[in-house]
Amino acid sequence: MRRRNRRDARFARPGGPYRRRDLLGLLPFVAFVTLFLLLPASTLVLGAFQGDGGRFTLEHVAGLSQRFILEGYRNSIQVSVVTALIGGAFGFLLAYAVTLGELPTFVRGTVITFAGVASNFAGVPLAFAFISTLGRTGIVTGFVKDLGIDLYKQGFDLYTFAGLSLTYLYFQFPLMILIMAPALDGLKREWREASENLGATVTQYWRHVALPILLPSILGSMVLLFGNAFGAYATAFALTGGTLDLVTIMIGAQIRGNVLYDPGLGYALAVGMIVIMAFSIGLYSLLQRRSERWLR
Amino acid sequence: MAYLELNNVSKSFAEMSAVEDFELTVEQGELVSFLGPSGCGKTTTLRMIAGFEIPTAGKIKLDGEDLTTKPPNQRQVGMVFQSYALFPNMTVAQNIGFGLRIARRPKAEIESRTAEMLELIHMSDFAKRYPYQLSGGQQQRVALARALSIQPRVLLLDEPLSALDAKIRVELRSEIRRIQQQLGITTIYVTHDQEEALSLSDRIVVMSAGRMEQVGTPFEIYNYPKTSFVASFVGTLNQLRCIVADAGDGALAFDGQTIRVAGPIEQPSGGRALMMLRPEELRLGDQGGENRLSGTVQSVTFLGAIVRVRVLLGESTLTLDLLNERTLRLPQVGQQETLSFPPHACWVMAEG
Amino acid sequence: MKRRRLWPLFWLSLGAVYFFLPLVATTDFSLRAQRGTLSLLAYQRVLQDSQFVSSFLFSLRMALFTILFGVLLIVPTAYWVHLRLPHLRPLIELLTLLPFVVPVIVLVFGLIRIYSRPPLLMTTTPATTDLLLVGGYLVVALPYLYRSIDVGLRAVDIRSLTEAAQSLGAGWGTILMRVVFPNLRTAALTGALLTLAIVIGELTLAQYLARPAFGPYMNLLGKNRAYEPAALSIMSFALTWAAMGTIYWMTRGQQAQIGGGH
Repeated sequence: MRRRNRRDARFARPGGPYRRRDLLGLLPFVAFVTLFLLLPASTLVLGAFQGDGGRFTLEHVAGLSQRFILEGYRNSIQVSVVTALIGGAFGFLLAYAVTLGELPTFVRGTVITFAGVASNFAGVPLAFAFISTLGRTGIVTGFVKDLGIDLYKQGFDLYTFAGLSLTYLYFQFPLMILIMAPALDGLKREWREASENLGATVTQYWRHVALPILLPSILGSMVLLFGNAFGAYATAFALTGGTLDLVTIMIGAQIRGNVLYDPGLGYALAVGMIVIMAFSIGLYSLLQRRSERWLR
Repeated sequence: MAYLELNNVSKSFAEMSAVEDFELTVEQGELVSFLGPSGCGKTTTLRMIAGFEIPTAGKIKLDGEDLTTKPPNQRQVGMVFQSYALFPNMTVAQNIGFGLRIARRPKAEIESRTAEMLELIHMSDFAKRYPYQLSGGQQQRVALARALSIQPRVLLLDEPLSALDAKIRVELRSEIRRIQQQLGITTIYVTHDQEEALSLSDRIVVMSAGRMEQVGTPFEIYNYPKTSFVASFVGTLNQLRCIVADAGDGALAFDGQTIRVAGPIEQPSGGRALMMLRPEELRLGDQGGENRLSGTVQSVTFLGAIVRVRVLLGESTLTLDLLNERTLRLPQVGQQETLSFPPHACWVMAEG
Repeated sequence: MKRRRLWPLFWLSLGAVYFFLPLVATTDFSLRAQRGTLSLLAYQRVLQDSQFVSSFLFSLRMALFTILFGVLLIVPTAYWVHLRLPHLRPLIELLTLLPFVVPVIVLVFGLIRIYSRPPLLMTTTPATTDLLLVGGYLVVALPYLYRSIDVGLRAVDIRSLTEAAQSLGAGWGTILMRVVFPNLRTAALTGALLTLAIVIGELTLAQYLARPAFGPYMNLLGKNRAYEPAALSIMSFALTWAAMGTIYWMTRGQQAQIGGGH
């Protein structure tokens, strides 16, 4: 008869009612999240509503209505919406091509890996890549110039919002692919067969069955893409050195104390950003849960 | 001319042959089951009738019309899938009405037909529910109603009950049979469950490794199997290795005893053969018939309505099924018992 | 049947053009440092730059610390949640989604505000600032790292394994070392590689905390040089490709690797 090991892990017995004590196990994690995320975020929120001497004030938030600030929000939202829509639409088509397109199996693996790489490529390297391609002395600019077309004379400029959007798409398309590919996998083959069996054409199947089922997923992903672009900083900064009027760039300027050094305004900007992002993530979660119900 | 005909239908995928030389004629209103183990080709054959696979050879004719290469959405056959495949974004009523909506039928017709179908499956109160709110059995009933609402010429069911609990399975299968007979619709039913096949079908096609083993009524399949596969796949089977004592006279030798069969034996005298016998044809004691064997009781298992006794004879075991009675004397393990059966209860097949 | 393939091929070709053009162009650009000929001059200059080496090594060190602290923090936590507090799973998952609500630029803003003045002063010495940096990196990597581990735990049904080990008389140490960690090897490696990819190229945190990381180095080079940034871009891409490729190969493509940090 084996002697009972005195150190056998009593608490390792799962199930059963948990004790309050068990919550202690989460302490390190919660402490970390508090110290490095919740605390910094809340200090900004507090700062946004704190005037001189610590009294409550709304003047910083009111400061957000200044013309150039509103411009910044408008620009950020515009870039985010555009890249979310285009990224969502074309990304969906690519995800469809790779999952239901009946292409050889190696295509899917390659595309998914590449999507993982491309979505991580954002930031400084991506900016450099696009500068090397479509900048004033970029390879494609030069190539096209040799063919007689001067892009920049025609009005194209990489260092504008259009150019930034084009650059952002480099990580927006892959993000869409990575989210939609599993969702498209969730479309059961039997649904298509059942609809065909009942007399539907492929178009009718997509219109009545597949797209409605996929809609929460598609919308949710587009919302995520929106948030993704809205919060992006490094790419925009590396591309233009901070000259573009985006909310993230403006916050960066506030941190460095550039231009109008108004800490309260900086905090208000940050809080505005948090609110928008929270809304996006919330909406995404909601839509994600809806889509999981059908696409499990 | 039969209503549904499959002539020499074959299907191969790359190197592998999934179905070979499938030949069947089905009369209108018949329910024919395709029965066999996984991978025997029954589902592939069904899918060829539905149009989801194209045969590599052979023809499929429905009501005189050649269906072989017609696209699935033009065949007017209804299919019920193992995984129900209800459209999750539509209510029960919308699912059932889908086929008619696609066919652009007038709204009134769609509504009345949907109501009719809901009545048929006894689910009229569920019209506005969504599939995720239904149990497995309920979902399958809706799937059935959906397939029937377009008034198909043939109803195809692909292992519709496999994903359900045992009790629901029994309930639902008699529902399906009732509806099928009420509507008089020609039906093909694919299953690996022999009890289902035996209880539902007008005829059964037993399949193995892509080929048809036998076609017949449930009674024929069970009592007069043509191959050893069919004999052992359907029901429990006793197989005794014997030597043919006298082929013309129908006598086998087993363990020193003689067994008589009804009629001459195909296998040559002196050669080996298998005697096959169903457990329920054996009797305890010597009142059961001319043939007598004796052995030691190995196990007695009480299954409720049936008492299953296994008896050791030399190196072989025979299984004997007794009908339960309240005054039944259960045999004791280790006791010697005599088993008896009439000659016409058994049949002979070649070994191997 | 063939017609069905036409559109997917078209979309993919279009996608390929969009994605490969910048890569090809950047590679080409990076090879033109020497006038009139294609050469690896830009790459040579970069690799010989002492700042390149030092900043890359710095970021590598930071990445390793982030991974280390991350694994030490997350594995026991995720394990504990799976084991004893499964009903708190939604809450924890919400917590791991929070980093998305606070973009990096906002995060660094908050971090500076709190930790650059007493009582929690951390920005005076390099060591403590590095600690702050690692903390920031871990927040950014948290969703991906946690998800990797969580998926790994779910895949092996860690509850049943623990029960089995416990019924055989195993103590805590044995369970952690012999049951939990070995089964999480792939998941931990996946998370580690993702974290590596995120940290190496990260710009925002490093820049505002004024640490000599690879991101700021790249950015600085972009201001002053023409060809070296392109070379750096390609090298960075190759590194990320190596990391992701390893992940994909390890998991046989079972996990979608969504990246972060822009």
